[in-house]
Amino acid sequence: MISLAGRDILHAWGKFVFTGVGLGLLIGVTLTMAGVYRGMVDDAKVLLGNSGADLWVVQKDTLGPYAESSSLYDDVYRGMLGMPGVERAANVTYLTMQVRHGERDVRAMAVGIVPDGPGEPAYLIAGRQITRGHYEAVADKATGFSLGERIRIRRNHYTVVGLTRRMVSSSGDPMVFIPLKDAQEAQFLKDNDAIVQQRRRTTANPAFNRPGVPGLLDAVIASQSSNAFVNAVLVQIKPGYAAEEVAEPIRRWKRLQVYTRAQMEEILVAKLIATSAKQIGMFLVILAIVSAAIVAFIIYTLTLGKIREIAVLKLIGTRNRTIAGMILQQALGLGMIGFVVGKTAATFWAPLFPKYVLLEPGDAARGFAAVLVICALASVLAIRAALKVDPAEAIGG
Amino acid sequence: MADPQGYGIHIEGLKKRYGAGDTAVDALRGVDMQVAPGEVVGLVGPSGSGKTTLLKCLGAVIEPTGGRMTLGSEVIYHDGWKIGDLRALRRDKIGFVFQAPYLIPFLDVTDNVALLPMLAGRPNAESRQRALELLEALDVAHRAKAMPSQLSGGEQQRVAIARALVNRPPVILADEPTAPLDSERALAVIRILNRMAQQYQTAIIVVTHDEKIIPTFRRIYHIRDGQTHEEVGEGRNFK
Repeated sequence: MISLAGRDILHAWGKFVFTGVGLGLLIGVTLTMAGVYRGMVDDAKVLLGNSGADLWVVQKDTLGPYAESSSLYDDVYRGMLGMPGVERAANVTYLTMQVRHGERDVRAMAVGIVPDGPGEPAYLIAGRQITRGHYEAVADKATGFSLGERIRIRRNHYTVVGLTRRMVSSSGDPMVFIPLKDAQEAQFLKDNDAIVQQRRRTTANPAFNRPGVPGLLDAVIASQSSNAFVNAVLVQIKPGYAAEEVAEPIRRWKRLQVYTRAQMEEILVAKLIATSAKQIGMFLVILAIVSAAIVAFIIYTLTLGKIREIAVLKLIGTRNRTIAGMILQQALGLGMIGFVVGKTAATFWAPLFPKYVLLEPGDAARGFAAVLVICALASVLAIRAALKVDPAEAIGG
Repeated sequence: MADPQGYGIHIEGLKKRYGAGDTAVDALRGVDMQVAPGEVVGLVGPSGSGKTTLLKCLGAVIEPTGGRMTLGSEVIYHDGWKIGDLRALRRDKIGFVFQAPYLIPFLDVTDNVALLPMLAGRPNAESRQRALELLEALDVAHRAKAMPSQLSGGEQQRVAIARALVNRPPVILADEPTAPLDSERALAVIRILNRMAQQYQTAIIVVTHDEKIIPTFRRIYHIRDGQTHEEVGEGRNFK
């Protein structure tokens, strides 16, 4: 038996291909939306992976440092170094900001790190790691910075000494690594007018400016001008220790919040990007409905255009299931053309997106199955219309 | 009355009523008709006379409300009883030729004809062979690979006749098959139908309004107000 659907598609291939391309672009958008979500999750995992930490020690009762702000004294890490199972511990700060690059601003996350400590970028694609205590930076290549370029963070200028790759924040902003002290200063650095105003207020406060206590005012002003806080302490544990085994004593004795990698991943994926995921999920549902409606409309219209042929086929003895099969196969054919076009389009345009779009083969397989199911469901309307056709219509009268 | 066994199609007292109660319309009021194998008869009548209803009943597309209908030796309807698989009956026992050829536009000429035997479960190669033989007999074998849109009106109608004949049905119902054709082509179609009727011993009923082909029939059934009466035709053999 010949394939009626295949012959019809070959006969009107232009119509099918153009319709399939239109549908494919819609499927491409759907796959890209799924890729955007996967990219967000991957960014979150990359953020954790690149930090090189096994534990994140943050302010008590917070979900810091990524999902909530967290503030710790910058000397608490010393106590942790003596805790059982702790291999290395280092302070880290995170600050999302606009980094000045020539005449333009680049949205980036400035990460304050201790050179050669946890938190330092694990690999570079060019240049070297930070070796000086001040004014050097390692940047993700997505910032567009080049080696040797000068960038401005707050009021200070930094020289880009190294470039890295896929070092992004949970929201996809590329990272710029700078020395911890500089980062601490950047977090609290005020402009000159604000500093003058603050000093004037402090001087005018009789509690701080006591004639009988020389040096008090200078000490207070000095404390106001420095920042002794960091956002988190990254801890690497010794081999043979379980993460929870090391985390629990820190929680108990340091009275700080400690998250293991699994807990931090849960925070990032289930809490930080949960709303975005729901947003994307809604888009996916709407796009699926729109795709189904379009396929249904196209197949229905194509079927209505063949009513007389269907009546003739029924009159000459074609089984209903043959006719239904023809329509179903055409719908599936349209879906397959659409999927190939959509997958190809998504693969080509995904790298052009400013944030990471991760097209996973599993999503493509699920998408393909969903397209086939949607097309099959969408063909029901057309099949119903075809099966209602009276063979007598071929005779007329 | 003739022996039903000797006829390609034989109907007795066929009735068809549309609707019920006060609004009921009797479209057929006891139609009698017999067509022998190899015979071509005309069925003529004005609009609303019941021609199309009779054709639909003969084509097993609608169910009569009374009477008896026999195809060859097989009773297909008898006062409320009907044969089970009307679809298979249409496929295997009845050929249709329409006013417009209604060829399947996405199949080439050969497959348009071969589709029926394929639907009946015959192998593709055998079905195509059978189709090509008929196309040869109807002088359209040279267009076997053409698509319907590439054929002239006359060629399309010959392909439609080949399709109607391909399953060797005992009966062919032709619904105004010459309506869109000029005189020369219309008469050519009637000659082909006569030749095919003889060659394949098929009973052919031609529903027509076409004055130019009516003189070609040896027997004509006139239908008016749902009843038929038979008339001997001229049976002219136009060359």
